[in-house]
Amino acid sequence: MTWPFAIIAVLTLTSAVAAMSLRNLVHCVLMLTVTFAGFAAFYLQLDAQFVGFAQVLVYIGAVAILVVFAILLTRSAEPPRQSIFSATWVVGVGIAVIVFGLLSGLILSSRALTRAIRPPPEVSVRQIGDQLMAKFVLPLEVIGLLLTAALIGAMIIAMHEKEHE
Amino acid sequence: MTPLLCYLLVSALLFAIGLAGALTRRNAIMVLIGIELMLNAANLNFIAFWRYGPNPQALTGVMFVIFSIAVGAAEAAVGLALIISIYWHYRTTNLDQIDSMKG
Amino acid sequence: MVETTDQLFVTLKHWLVGFAPGQWQPLFSALLSVAAIIVTFAGLFAITTILERKGLGRIQNRYGPNRVGPYGLLQPIADGLKAMTKEDIVPHTADKVVHFLAPLVLVVPVFLALAVVPMGRNMTALDMDAGVLFFFAVGAATELSVFMAGWSSRNKYSLLGAMRALAQMISYEVPLILSAVTVIMAAGSLSPVRIVEAQAGYWGALPRWYVLTPWGLAGFVLFMIAAAAESNRSPFDLPEGESELIAGYYTEYSGFKFALFFLGEYLGMFGISGLGITLFLGGWHAPLACLEWIPSYAWFFSKLLALIAVFIWVRGTLPRLRLDQLMGFAWKFMLPMTLTNILAAGVWRFMPAGAARWIVCLMLVVAPYLMLGRMLAGRKQLGRRVYGYAD
Repeated sequence: MTWPFAIIAVLTLTSAVAAMSLRNLVHCVLMLTVTFAGFAAFYLQLDAQFVGFAQVLVYIGAVAILVVFAILLTRSAEPPRQSIFSATWVVGVGIAVIVFGLLSGLILSSRALTRAIRPPPEVSVRQIGDQLMAKFVLPLEVIGLLLTAALIGAMIIAMHEKEHE
Repeated sequence: MTPLLCYLLVSALLFAIGLAGALTRRNAIMVLIGIELMLNAANLNFIAFWRYGPNPQALTGVMFVIFSIAVGAAEAAVGLALIISIYWHYRTTNLDQIDSMKG
Repeated sequence: MVETTDQLFVTLKHWLVGFAPGQWQPLFSALLSVAAIIVTFAGLFAITTILERKGLGRIQNRYGPNRVGPYGLLQPIADGLKAMTKEDIVPHTADKVVHFLAPLVLVVPVFLALAVVPMGRNMTALDMDAGVLFFFAVGAATELSVFMAGWSSRNKYSLLGAMRALAQMISYEVPLILSAVTVIMAAGSLSPVRIVEAQAGYWGALPRWYVLTPWGLAGFVLFMIAAAAESNRSPFDLPEGESELIAGYYTEYSGFKFALFFLGEYLGMFGISGLGITLFLGGWHAPLACLEWIPSYAWFFSKLLALIAVFIWVRGTLPRLRLDQLMGFAWKFMLPMTLTNILAAGVWRFMPAGAARWIVCLMLVVAPYLMLGRMLAGRKQLGRRVYGYAD
């Protein structure tokens, strides 16, 4: 429980709560971006540098901008007239509390916590590349197909309606 | 208070926050934001277990998270395209009003 | 003697760090690197503003600013004073917090990105294993500031400019990264320091820079075009063109915040030029073996100034691209070109050295260029170009 971890954890948790509860959707997205940056900081603390930079590049550089475009294209940037929370919000929060209780109970009673702490692993990008081409080549190809399908699918879904208008 | 315990608890808390947001907000885009938060919390879990686990040299955790980030980005793209398309049809993103299949 | 001038700044830094007590030394060393980068590039920014205005003026057949100081060379001081003392106007309905944070979100990642660029032998602030990925990641983080600036101003023109700029920046990120992938493949590493080291040595008289290979030349040209688009420089400056949208996404900014946007944009240009030099132009290496006595950082900064001069020249010469032309260029032309460039780089790596691989790789680079150019030009009838000069 070192100081950097505590600061990053507080920042990430606060921005996550803010992202889920603010009225203005654009503010929610900006808080979500801060949460993503907090996650990247966690990954860097855990000596996973490639994952940390990939998180910044993909999530902050692409997904956040995508959400922003979607908000502007669906005119959700104006403040809503009714409440932002649905009528059954108590059930939702209750389920989340139960899930957190379950998870923390499982974590605190697990034997994984008693293992000795190893020194940080020496991970180079070359090793990640070698693994991608050797052991994980099939998931790599499948991801390629998945991303192509997602690209074409998203384009078709978002394009089709306009021609019918 | 081992480091692994701290990371797991933070990740579980973030997952619960994302779940609460996805279940209680009315706007479809906010539900998607909650889902992204849950995905990220799971990724953090993977990396924490990779770092403090028995065999970090196998890079399994890092690989899984790389693929998870790619899949999460693709899912966000398709989900947002769906939301935009639904908006053009129903003229609203309020999930309580998109209920034509109800009953 | 050559060695000492080359490592002058490194020995200076080590001597200064020696003054700090033992455990504070890494922090002090990092602070010194940061201070050096900020001072150097802010100074370079000031020089570039005056170079740009004088250069553009001469290209447009007029003098640039020539009142302040001899030949107008003290103009940046006047500009700086003006920016710092101008009244800071924030629109009444603007989103105050986001409006305030947008310039910071632009400038901070840009300074971060400059940390991985090797500016001389042993003169990289952060020698990271995944340095090039770090550079692109923080470059992507600056795009959100454009949106923040445009949206928080509650101004339709700002929002329109921000959307255009954002669409342009994300479209041109793909050719930018793909053209850098060829160099990463050839050097076998994501670290800028290793990439510069892989370009050491000479083939007879010519240096082993990647720009002097067919795929390297194509990659360099594509990288520079994508870099101009990423920095919103002419001919890709539709989002901020003065004749289009007043000032685009920073219409509602005045005084120091406007100067910060300006600074962030120019520093982004420097950073990406620095990365282009590292990837393609051999970093801090000298072009000829007989010129190696000139210090490494002098070579880096001369190459940087040369690239800046090319950017200014292109700005003064080419007309602005329309938004659909711009996007079509990125997706229909540059993306297939970068993909075939990767193919050419791979073929170059695996063929034995000689004339054969030059011919094959040249074909692999030139053929898609001609085919794409023909396909995308359509059936336009272009008349004879007529130049008129002001007299």
